[in-house]
Amino acid sequence: MDFANYQLESFFDELFEAQGRPRRGSKLLVEKIESLSSENLLTKQRAAETMLLQMGITFAVYSSDEGSEKIFPFDIIPRIVEGEEWNQIEAGLKQRIFALNAFLEDIYNERKIIKDRIVPEEVILSSRTYRKECQDFSPPRGIWCHVTGTDLVRDADGTFYVLEDNLRCPSGVSYVLENRQVLKRTFPQVFEASNVRPVDDYSNRLLDILEHLVPENVSNPTIGVLTPGSYNSAYFEHSFLARQMGVELLEGQDLVVYDGFVYMQTTKGLQKVDVLYRRIDDDFIDPLAFRPDSLLGVPGIMQVYKSGRLAMANAPGTGVADDKVVYAYVPKIIKYYTGEEPILPNVPTYICADSKECSFVLENLDKLVVKAANESGGYGMLVGPHASKEERDEFAALIKENPRNYMAQPTLALSRAPTITEGNIEGRHVDLRPYILYGEDIYVLPGGLTRVALRKGSLVVNSSQGGGSKDTWVVDPL
Amino acid sequence: MLSRVANSVYWMCRYIERAENVARFISVNLNLLLDIPLEANLQWAPMIATTGDREEFENLYPDYSQENVTNFLTFNRQYANSILSCLHAARENARSVREIISIEMWEQLNRFYIELKEAEHSGFATNDPHKFFLMIKMRGHMFSGLLYSTMSHGEAWHFARMGLMIERADKVSRILDVKYYMLLPTADYVGSPYDNIQWAAVLKSASAHDMYRKRFHRITPTNVADFLIFDAEFPRSIRHCTGNAFESLHEITGSPYGAAQNSAEKYLGRLAADLNYSDIEDVMNVGMHEYLDSFQVRLNEVGKEISSTFFKVLPTAESFASQQ
Repeated sequence: MDFANYQLESFFDELFEAQGRPRRGSKLLVEKIESLSSENLLTKQRAAETMLLQMGITFAVYSSDEGSEKIFPFDIIPRIVEGEEWNQIEAGLKQRIFALNAFLEDIYNERKIIKDRIVPEEVILSSRTYRKECQDFSPPRGIWCHVTGTDLVRDADGTFYVLEDNLRCPSGVSYVLENRQVLKRTFPQVFEASNVRPVDDYSNRLLDILEHLVPENVSNPTIGVLTPGSYNSAYFEHSFLARQMGVELLEGQDLVVYDGFVYMQTTKGLQKVDVLYRRIDDDFIDPLAFRPDSLLGVPGIMQVYKSGRLAMANAPGTGVADDKVVYAYVPKIIKYYTGEEPILPNVPTYICADSKECSFVLENLDKLVVKAANESGGYGMLVGPHASKEERDEFAALIKENPRNYMAQPTLALSRAPTITEGNIEGRHVDLRPYILYGEDIYVLPGGLTRVALRKGSLVVNSSQGGGSKDTWVVDPL
Repeated sequence: MLSRVANSVYWMCRYIERAENVARFISVNLNLLLDIPLEANLQWAPMIATTGDREEFENLYPDYSQENVTNFLTFNRQYANSILSCLHAARENARSVREIISIEMWEQLNRFYIELKEAEHSGFATNDPHKFFLMIKMRGHMFSGLLYSTMSHGEAWHFARMGLMIERADKVSRILDVKYYMLLPTADYVGSPYDNIQWAAVLKSASAHDMYRKRFHRITPTNVADFLIFDAEFPRSIRHCTGNAFESLHEITGSPYGAAQNSAEKYLGRLAADLNYSDIEDVMNVGMHEYLDSFQVRLNEVGKEISSTFFKVLPTAESFASQQ
């Protein structure tokens, strides 16, 4: 399978610096792929898919019948990031997460950043994910966002931008770990020779940050992963992480609050729970504190949490820092708490709450990407250049109705990576979600999840909308 | 361990054992068809009679052809006890306890389910039923082998084994009972070679034929029943399975043998003791079908008590009080 007909067009390519010229870290891989017949390569692709299906690495599809599962489509050609470039990304992410954590601690307590007029008060208070229940509260060790998945994209000139921060319950890390297992078997020699930074340490690190939260008087703590249950689309990941860490996998129905503590119901009676890595959104975690119709959560758990008898990661209330309007202020937030310039830039952002910017957005809807402030998974989004006139009019009405809820960004020419298509290799747009853990120090998992828009020309990488994934290799020269 | 998890592990094993035993059921008939000159369709109706789901079948299918009966028992999703439904339920349970069972168990169960779904449309089950149902039996064996050899023998494992043993005891009693419903061409056939062929088919489908021959050499109805109900060493005899379930129950609770701390121990203890202190003559005195029927009813009660002792989902005020 050769790359003779592989077209870069006008996009930044992750593996090639120019037509026919692979980047330094990608040479070995490109040579290997060229040495394989297209039949060989497709056999490898199919073998990888079979492996994923047999391992049960699947996500539930809500709409399809019999609660069926699909594998998250996987492309065996990895995305490669050079070590030097990665070091910059890593430094940028550490800086950003440190600042966002300081921001959360500040706005729920002293609100200095508001008093100093860096961020307007109404932006915070009007955010749907701001939790007044967390006011005047500081979580154990002052850590709010223990696990973050930050979405990065690359523009035509190769610059990395932060597209959005996910500080609530970011998912996908299990795919990173399992994709790596599969790819090690797909390209064993190339992998070995490429000096790839390992990702295997993630579960240990995650367990470290959870243990770091155990109240000091507790000697034999019970730690659990709290999942909405086996019908949740990320259930595989919840169970995977619980298994990797050797901790309990809990559902709301297993837990009960009594006499100021949280207990789990066991075959021998009740047992106290000390730390939860919760993968249920704030809204659903406690029907007494938040949405009363939630059946997934545990009534009264917020009370126990605030009394310090139960620690939770991530802390409830972190969503305000990944609000898509607050996002526009993050460069200023970084400057405010660190005194430094941001290492990783934001994508230029127009805030519709600002009337001047709003009219610019409305006039240029055909060139912009518009996003709702609190949606994720590619929902509540308009890709202007690809939308019809009706869709744009519909969005214009939504924006006028509730400007606070929208922001807009220029359409980026997202970078591409070679991807196996029907009988060929073609460029497809990708993004990158690295995972960041905040414990005693801040750790960035080398690489992260590369999501790829498998449909030709598509810019939407979400798994719910035809996206797939690739393994991400951070390689250092030997 | 979590009550929900114990419940899922227990049912996962019950469902897999159930699926395997439906295949055993069907293979009784397949074995017979090779030997008995009986009109084929007459042979398959009793199969449905033993399941007790005759009405459900007749609502869905026009007649008792081999194809219809096989399809109903193997692939019908509306029928809760079809092999496919059982595996689906087993897999759903396994999915919710993936962090408890071994990765090998999960992968094998997952593959088992995927293969079966594919077989539904490939015609494998109709074209080569012997091979097909043998495959299902072997998949079941493989799962119990993985259960024994890849999962720590702790509390969760004992719940798994207890589920498997209770289901197996129940199903062996039903396979033995199949003979009660079987037809012979005429009354002259009772005690004839054909009668013996039927008993041999029963033994084969319980994977008991060779082990039986070692002990009793010749096939007689009484000895077959004796072997499948009471044999102390054969791992599928009702007594052996009930005894194993009883052992696991005590491992779970930590109660000494002979002392029952809850109703599950009380019911299962009595049932196991009855099997230890009865013999085939007691069975013949009440009648085999009646004996097996009453065994199944008592085993059902054991199941209910296990559920109320360990799996109750919501804690009561008393259970709080006893913890504090």
